Amino acid sequence: MSGQSQRLNVVPTVTMLGIMKARLVGATRGHALLKKKSDALTVQFRQILKKIVSTKESMGEIMKTSSFSLTEAKYVAGENIKHVVLESVQTASLKVRSRQENVAGVKLPKFEYFTEGETKNDLTGLARGGQQVQQCRAAYVKAIEVLVELASLQTSFLTLDEAIKTTNRRVNALENVVKPRLENTISYIKGELDELEREDFFRLKKIQGYKKREIEKQLAAAKEFVEDKFAEKISLQKGISINAAHNLLSAAREKDEDIIF
Amino acid sequence: MANTAHIPTSNSALIAMITDEDTVVGFLLAGVGNVDLRRKTNYLIVDSKTTVKQIEDAFKEFTTRTDIAIVLISQYVANMIRFLVDSYNKPIPAILEIPSKNHPYDPAQDSILSRVKHLFNAESVASTRH
Repeated sequence: MSGQSQRLNVVPTVTMLGIMKARLVGATRGHALLKKKSDALTVQFRQILKKIVSTKESMGEIMKTSSFSLTEAKYVAGENIKHVVLESVQTASLKVRSRQENVAGVKLPKFEYFTEGETKNDLTGLARGGQQVQQCRAAYVKAIEVLVELASLQTSFLTLDEAIKTTNRRVNALENVVKPRLENTISYIKGELDELEREDFFRLKKIQGYKKREIEKQLAAAKEFVEDKFAEKISLQKGISINAAHNLLSAAREKDEDIIF
Repeated sequence: MANTAHIPTSNSALIAMITDEDTVVGFLLAGVGNVDLRRKTNYLIVDSKTTVKQIEDAFKEFTTRTDIAIVLISQYVANMIRFLVDSYNKPIPAILEIPSKNHPYDPAQDSILSRVKHLFNAESVASTRH
């Protein structure tokens, strides 16, 4: 696995180890928070999904009703009503306002419709069929209401979809790339530090052993020197050679340990 | 978040339409229609003489205009420019496919609803599996 062998390119020092540990803590906390955010968004997303399905299906019904009322209006007021309507268009009296709703840091648009100014079509169908025309108008306003709701649901759906994808991507990146990499780096630094410590320990041991040996050597040299001196003294006193004095000394030590003379 | 689309908040935005004549008349009656200073309308009446090119142009214009929040499009018209509708993925303006009088509404053809259905099934499958 490529993620396992990966680590950051750092100098293995105690300071770096501290920094890496802090970063790992940060990454873990970030991961937990993002996971929570993703969950919250998913809950919202499912609610919207359910609402979209039901609203889309009710939309068909409402459009059918409004089409039918238009047909009624046409029948009563005559076919030429559409020309009157098409010609009298000036500025929109029915508009939508959009505002934002904040869900776990994701801004979702919400539309709502409102009427502005007086309706221009008041005089439409004055000659005949005025009531049908007004009914038709009301039916279409109702249709707009449903459509606007559906539009905000749909927009929220798309925005949330995108946001959930991004959040999940981040969660996965933290979990599968950033955290293993930091962990690898930390274990690498720890390994290197241990290695250094062992090396140091070994070096100390070695030096200690060397010192010990030196002291022993010096002690032995001193002892020899003292013995030599003693033999010399004996040889001078008794008039024998130094070798004979050595032999005398060693012979005395070998055989007559308990004889005092 | 940096990479999500910016959502403009506006106090008044229009609803645009690309539909057949009857639906347009109905919505105009409700007061949706708008004609600006250059005599540009916020709706396109699609009849037998309207070419696909005209519909495409209108769709592109409505989706790029900043004062439009919602685009209503008849489903049979949307089917004519399905590739454009499917490739459109901005949150605002929202594209709504609506049924028209002569063409019954088929939820399977709706690009959003098919995605919703797909996700819905996938999610319900995923939730039962867990």
